[in-house]
Amino acid sequence: MHGRPRKAPKPEDEAASAAKAQKLRALQTQFFSYHHNKIYTKEAVELSAKLLEINPESYTAWNYRKLAVEHYLSQPKSNSNSAKSILDDELRVVESALRQNFKSYGAWHHRKWVLSKGLSSIDHELILLDKFQKADSRNFHAWNYRRFVAELMNRSKQDELKYTEDMIYTNFSNYSAWHNRSVLLSTLLEKKAEGFLSKESVLPEEFEFIHQAIFTDPDDQSGWFYHLWLLDQTVKADSSLLVSSWPAHGSDVLVLGDRCNNGSAFSPFTTLQSNSGSFPIVLYFNQSVEGVSSSTVTVESGFNNSEDLVWKPLSLSNSQTAQVWVAHLKFPTSELHSSVKVSVGHSKGIISASGSQNSYPSIFSFKVHVQPIERDSSQGSVSESILWRGENFKVYGTQSEESIPIFSFDQLSMRNDHEPMASNWCAEALAKEIECFRELLSLMDCKIGKLTLARSLMVYDAMSFSCANKLVHSEEVLELYSDLMKLDPSHYSYYKDERSLVLLQQVTSSRESLMKHCFQYKDSVSSTICKPICLRLNHLSLSRMGAFEKLLWVQILDLSHNELQSIEGLEAMQLLSCLSLRNNKLRSFTALDPLRKLKLLRVLDISYNQIGEHSIDTTRYLCSSPLSHSVGSEWNNDETVISDVALINHWEAFFIFKELNLKQLDIVGNAIADEKFNSILVKVMPTLKQLDGELLD
Amino acid sequence: MGELAVDKHVQYILSVEKRKDSFESVVMDHLRMNGAYWGLTTLDLLGKLDTVDADEVISWIMKCQHESGGFSGNIGHDPHILYTVSAVQVLALFNKLDVLDIDKVATYITGLQNEDGSFSGDIWGEVDTRFSYIAICCLSILRCLDRINVEKAVNYILSCKNLDGGFGCTPGGESHAGQIFCCVGALAITGSLHHVDKDLLGWWLCERQVKSGGLNGRPEKLPDVCYSWWVLTSLIMIDRVHWIDKEKLVKFILNCQDVENGGISDRPDDAVDVFHTYFGVAGLSLLEYPGLKAIDPAYALPVDVINRIFFSR
Ligand SMILES: [Zn+2]
Repeated sequence: MHGRPRKAPKPEDEAASAAKAQKLRALQTQFFSYHHNKIYTKEAVELSAKLLEINPESYTAWNYRKLAVEHYLSQPKSNSNSAKSILDDELRVVESALRQNFKSYGAWHHRKWVLSKGLSSIDHELILLDKFQKADSRNFHAWNYRRFVAELMNRSKQDELKYTEDMIYTNFSNYSAWHNRSVLLSTLLEKKAEGFLSKESVLPEEFEFIHQAIFTDPDDQSGWFYHLWLLDQTVKADSSLLVSSWPAHGSDVLVLGDRCNNGSAFSPFTTLQSNSGSFPIVLYFNQSVEGVSSSTVTVESGFNNSEDLVWKPLSLSNSQTAQVWVAHLKFPTSELHSSVKVSVGHSKGIISASGSQNSYPSIFSFKVHVQPIERDSSQGSVSESILWRGENFKVYGTQSEESIPIFSFDQLSMRNDHEPMASNWCAEALAKEIECFRELLSLMDCKIGKLTLARSLMVYDAMSFSCANKLVHSEEVLELYSDLMKLDPSHYSYYKDERSLVLLQQVTSSRESLMKHCFQYKDSVSSTICKPICLRLNHLSLSRMGAFEKLLWVQILDLSHNELQSIEGLEAMQLLSCLSLRNNKLRSFTALDPLRKLKLLRVLDISYNQIGEHSIDTTRYLCSSPLSHSVGSEWNNDETVISDVALINHWEAFFIFKELNLKQLDIVGNAIADEKFNSILVKVMPTLKQLDGELLD
Repeated sequence: MGELAVDKHVQYILSVEKRKDSFESVVMDHLRMNGAYWGLTTLDLLGKLDTVDADEVISWIMKCQHESGGFSGNIGHDPHILYTVSAVQVLALFNKLDVLDIDKVATYITGLQNEDGSFSGDIWGEVDTRFSYIAICCLSILRCLDRINVEKAVNYILSCKNLDGGFGCTPGGESHAGQIFCCVGALAITGSLHHVDKDLLGWWLCERQVKSGGLNGRPEKLPDVCYSWWVLTSLIMIDRVHWIDKEKLVKFILNCQDVENGGISDRPDDAVDVFHTYFGVAGLSLLEYPGLKAIDPAYALPVDVINRIFFSR
């Protein structure tokens, strides 16, 4: 029941209700007797109409009427005239039911069913709809029915577009009309109908239309989402494009069969230890794509056959679509110096999220040096452990003028045969929006003004990044989000998450700002071992992780002392071997699902989080498990590592940790971590050598 | 603001069954199966399922099953997928799925899938993404999701995705929180949430919270307790529920209680019903209100029931 006031019923009302109930029940009993005995006499059919007039929700009565219609239509004496009049009767019954309850699914469907017989006139329908839509302009049944009728009578999309315009001019606050407009407009643009050949010719007018709505009442949400869609249409590339890779273009990569000795001439940014005989190549696209394979990506290396490469999508489920793809390139056991050239998208087959077959072709190349194994057996695996203490990290000073080609913006030559970014029109449209929303904010303080400005500025900066090589507006955007957190505290965390992403873009936008976060690890035990660079993004009050396209090179990452409750996207960091998430807000093991894709991860610190504190798991369905049919049934036949009870209670830990090859784990300081639970962990992870700083036997 | 009036709500739910002579109860006669699901799930979340005679309920449910395998909303009414899912959910609640001829139920649901992957609600062909969700949820609980063409089912749902990130009942239909729950739920159960633009949809959903703390189902509409369920579950499944103010929402729901006679209504001071009582209590469960069992956001059954079904070997 909706909108009925709560009050104690008066005795006379109760009596009246009981009398009405008795009448309705008698009607129902009679109806069911007709229905169950398949009686379709005039009297019986009329009774069902009476029932529906009182209770349009009685779905069985609608079914009965359909049976009755079919019964009559199948009579030998039935002709098209009598059929039409029978169906017209049905339309009348529906109309009076809708007057009783405008939101009756059964009534609307019955009307569609009648019209689909193709025997009734549909001329009356738009008039009827007009009446209903004037009475309730947001009724989604009526709008759905309108689309159905328009289709049935072949009404042009342009006419329907005009109808939404009329509705909107009557009242800007009509989300339903804006919605229908977006549907019609995208169809017209897609079909390249006359007058809708390009976005460039259509969107500027739409921007002006929506400005009228937003300026009239900035707090009315009706136009917000339409405006965001227009912005997205303005800047979004339909075609896929490679935005970064590992190894980066022009880099010198040293791959060691084992750990390196001091004095290596190579940069700790691009030295990788691998004892698997292969190293990863990572491709990061501007959107999710499918179709990355050895036929759409060529790798020329002189030591490996490109056709053997298997490209895998880094998506959390088993889908064949992903923004990031990885392949493992095998190298020989002897010393090697070779250059590798990777060409992406020169032949068709990489399909973007919008279904576009076009992919901007790009080429990148790097040098790879393989050093044979120098195994020092006295260094046990313990030396691979890490103590996440401040004193063990020294700021990385660039002794030499070494070039650190780790950033995607150093890969300009990747785009040498194409310049897909910012056509003049897009940049102009965006600049205009920025100006317009600055004006709105000068008139009044409103959240949609600030939010739209913040979003537009970020897109604008990203667009002009390749020329300016810095984010011009990031300080202003950070401030806008801080304002929003105060202005609209109910959505505090939304703005905080957005702000974190901007902050990370800022940190990774230039060499200078990133170097402040690059450290070298050196502890008292493993002083002779040189480790890769550690990126420390700790104590930044990050609530969300991002900028992955700039961080593909990172092998040691310290995200401790932030406010992360998710590590969505971290699966892109394929080189990661050590990760600290200590002192964050992770709520469950399922939040660690991205780690399952990190095959090199050995050291993990998730101590002092909130795992086990919460009854509701917000990543339960973003994690591969039998609940979402994203793992096969093979786990069921696994040797019974843990008991049934432990599995039902701790399936998350079982499914996550059994796929990690961890050697060192810190988990203390989570509600879940007690002795009993730790003993389950040890069983699930036979490779584990160290748990909460204690060596395991 | 008071606390959750657990005992009153339990009394209210038990009393609804007995009040059969009011006009409202006759009007609702056809969806008694849904009512049973709402009432019994609420009792379970409140830890009071044992106050009901399970055998009596189960024998009534089985009387609603038809030759086709589908269930009707009440004895004598026609079968429909809407009531079939409620019947299955209630049996799962009582851990009594074994009374079912699973093949028969699965055959009924499988038969409702159309060529384009969509689902009809019954033989009369009404198509709606609500029915897609129900088919997928129901078959998954029965452990035979492979009986339908899952890929086509998912593609149909995706064809109902809108430019605001939400979903409608058929292609082109306006986004609506109830419909979004169905589509996101179906995508969750089929491991297909990567098709959802979580940030875009999350923003649309979190903007459903209005000043009073309550949630509405579409922009510029009034808040209503039942949207606590549709919006919260969707936000939880895409891990964006922290984008709303949970405390304010708890207050709104508690303010919709009838603290004297039990039950929860759509808005403060409106008449209560079982439907909103369920959505209120389930909403509070999703908000981790103390003392309530946790509910699963995709299958709409208590987490312990779902874990028992999926992780027992
Ligand atoms: Zn409601």
